[in-house]
Amino acid sequence: MLENKEYKVIGTRPIRHDGVDKVTGRALYGADFQAAGLLHGRVLRSPHAHARIISIDTSRAEALPGVKGVVTAKDLPDPGDKIADLGEGAVNLKHLCDNILASDKVLYKGHAVAAVAATNPHIAEEACTLIDVEYEVLPPVLEVRQAMEPDAPLLHEHLRTTSLGETADEPSNVASHIQHKLGDPEKGFAEADVIIEREFVTGTVHQGYIEPHNATAHYNQDGQLTIWCSTQGAFTVREQVAEILQYPISKIKVVPMEIGGGFGGKISVYIKPVAALLAKKTGKPVKVLMNRADVFEGTGPTPASFIRVKMGATKEGKITAAEAYLAFEAGAYPGSPVGPGAMCIFAPYSIENVIIDGYDVVVNKPKTAPYRAPGAPNAAFGSETVVDEIAEKLGIDPLEIRLLNGAKEGDRRADGPVHPRIGCIETVEAAKAHPHYTAPNGKKHHGRGVASGYWFNIGLESSVTINVNSDGTINLIEGSTDIGGTRASIAMQAAEVLGISAESVNPSVVDTESVGYTAVTGGSRTTYATGYAAYEAAQDVKRQMIARAAKLWEVEEANVQFADGEFSSINGKEEQISFRDLCARLGETGGPIVGSGTVNPGGAGGAYATHVVDVAVDEETGKVDILRYTAVQDAGKAIHPSYVEGQIQGGAVQGIGWALNEEYIYNAEGEMTNASFLDYRMPTCLDLPMIDAVIVEVPNPGHPYGVRGVGEVPIVPPMAAIANAIYDAIGVRMTELPMSPDRLLKAMGKI
Amino acid sequence: MPIVAIPSLLRNLTNGEDSIIVSGATIREVIDNLEARYPGMKARLCEDDRIKPGLAVYINGLLTRGSILESVDEDAEIHFLPAIGGGLILTQCV
Repeated sequence: MLENKEYKVIGTRPIRHDGVDKVTGRALYGADFQAAGLLHGRVLRSPHAHARIISIDTSRAEALPGVKGVVTAKDLPDPGDKIADLGEGAVNLKHLCDNILASDKVLYKGHAVAAVAATNPHIAEEACTLIDVEYEVLPPVLEVRQAMEPDAPLLHEHLRTTSLGETADEPSNVASHIQHKLGDPEKGFAEADVIIEREFVTGTVHQGYIEPHNATAHYNQDGQLTIWCSTQGAFTVREQVAEILQYPISKIKVVPMEIGGGFGGKISVYIKPVAALLAKKTGKPVKVLMNRADVFEGTGPTPASFIRVKMGATKEGKITAAEAYLAFEAGAYPGSPVGPGAMCIFAPYSIENVIIDGYDVVVNKPKTAPYRAPGAPNAAFGSETVVDEIAEKLGIDPLEIRLLNGAKEGDRRADGPVHPRIGCIETVEAAKAHPHYTAPNGKKHHGRGVASGYWFNIGLESSVTINVNSDGTINLIEGSTDIGGTRASIAMQAAEVLGISAESVNPSVVDTESVGYTAVTGGSRTTYATGYAAYEAAQDVKRQMIARAAKLWEVEEANVQFADGEFSSINGKEEQISFRDLCARLGETGGPIVGSGTVNPGGAGGAYATHVVDVAVDEETGKVDILRYTAVQDAGKAIHPSYVEGQIQGGAVQGIGWALNEEYIYNAEGEMTNASFLDYRMPTCLDLPMIDAVIVEVPNPGHPYGVRGVGEVPIVPPMAAIANAIYDAIGVRMTELPMSPDRLLKAMGKI
Repeated sequence: MPIVAIPSLLRNLTNGEDSIIVSGATIREVIDNLEARYPGMKARLCEDDRIKPGLAVYINGLLTRGSILESVDEDAEIHFLPAIGGGLILTQCV
């Protein structure tokens, strides 16, 4: 129904509304926040990966001149056994609180144990050194398979494995087990002519957002708490802080400042409740900033994992069965993304017989946080490498085998639901037709690889309010923090409805008291769901404006039509008035117009991507260079193509870093030894070619303009695509991430 | 009548059946009727008359908010899966 529709605003490339402020340095970020009497907070973190806290003595710190307050877990309300309902999910409240300030045990190096507020940051830092913490050091568990051993040291004595509502009797580091089963895998493997089974290991990887976490908190005299911060969701901050502090949400206002990247890592709270505790204790506004080491060691990365994949196919290339075992590190508390990994692993294919087992396992590392398509990149590294090997064994082109088995509308996913209209096949076809795929690449130690990926996307709640101005512009009020140009992509959807330019929309991201509930900027949902809410709010405005035109012309509303920004009378009077001119007459026709839209759409529509990459491998050093990279992705409908391309390029680049360089490197004591951007090596523009982003548009029937989320799926294929390219270059299958020079040399037998 | 896909970890309650046709106009009625035929099912899916935290409900392929009050059509297909959405975001046992 949405194919080939012509739009006036959608699909164009206006300058983003927040662009000038950001490139001129005027945009206000959390660290810029200032207030009279502002105090500065600093968090003391554990030097041990696993230890029992025997005692904490803060007296020496409190005696330091300039120190105004010190807090520990004892300043938090007792969480009891409560499961916290955070609106967007439910978590064990004790785990949530203990991750903010450890009460009885520290579970990773960098775990927060106390915090100080002082008149300047240097005094706060010095005071932290005066806090005396006595620990009983325990052996750390640093790897998922080690943690699953029956005799592994336990992180939580009361944790027991749950399997869809059933709880095991014995304590374990395995928090949960999930399983998806479709058809008869045993029969499917019996029908296969070729079966490949491989094991894969992926490292712990950080989102690497450029702006560290920050928060400033202040209590008014009447107990109203305000928090100014960098976050992907002001409402989720409000919910988490309310639960942790056991404080009414009606007495908490969260003001989202501009955000310097998040990629999923700025959804969980860390220092926001700490700033609030310090503000309450001191009676002053308190600002807490993280440095880069704090970010690496004290916030959630995406997990390391162990994955086993087995797939079988007929000699004609039809995949008959697939099996996966996914064990993901949750970090210190349960909650790894093994669920979405299990959902996504075989989703690019139509396979009748599948079994997938997933395990969520706690280890002595920071509690994991979402990172772009959480879980799916780990999983795809395994499955897409095995698909490549099957294609090679059968002598079938790797894109051809993806076309032969590609998922399409009506196919059943391994986890059960049937695919709606999707663009999997279309991304593979576009990759195959791209000049990159047929370009010569025959030099020695050069190779080409491909991989596909899937991310399901989410909907959730969004609210938008539109105030109509007398000059024909509108103010669009939204609650979605803008990470990647969503002010523009949301404004454009309202503009399209009202027949006005994108520049005639003034979008504002506001605090939790100034707009209806809006879920996080995450799950690739913002342009989809908040854009949908903007569409509905604009429709509301349009309905009211039609009523005003009818009143003006003394005709029935049914006799007023609206098209291309013009209201006109039909059936009788020949009247016409533009949106802009009618805005100037709102006063005489009834007063201001405010439109609103609130949605909770279920039809987010899955997104697919297929990537092609050329690499050169230096046989002497093991270094891999990316020579050419093409990323094809189904965007449903690209509202602002430049920002869709930006998301595709950004995701691919982060995937390249994950593939080749990035990992937390731990010593035997569980200390991260590379907690700086000097040693945690993310790719820069000097490491990369231009990423050629190709947008495919298969409209999503679950959105009025066909939008699909685009922010996450581009990080899913790169690791496998690069591994497959390395194999093409040197004939070595890489099964461990990152594929760093030392691992390549080892795989080649050179060290 | 609606058809419920039985998660593999619950098929021990349904003698291995992977889908069950069961009456009900809401998720609550569907679960109650499942419980009547397969005792123990409700305790695995619900807690305090709500869908368990960490579980998501799909109706006809669309993710819902997981409320037992959701209406279901006569020919609806219902799945109970590890929660995605916000559960994904915050607990990640999405």
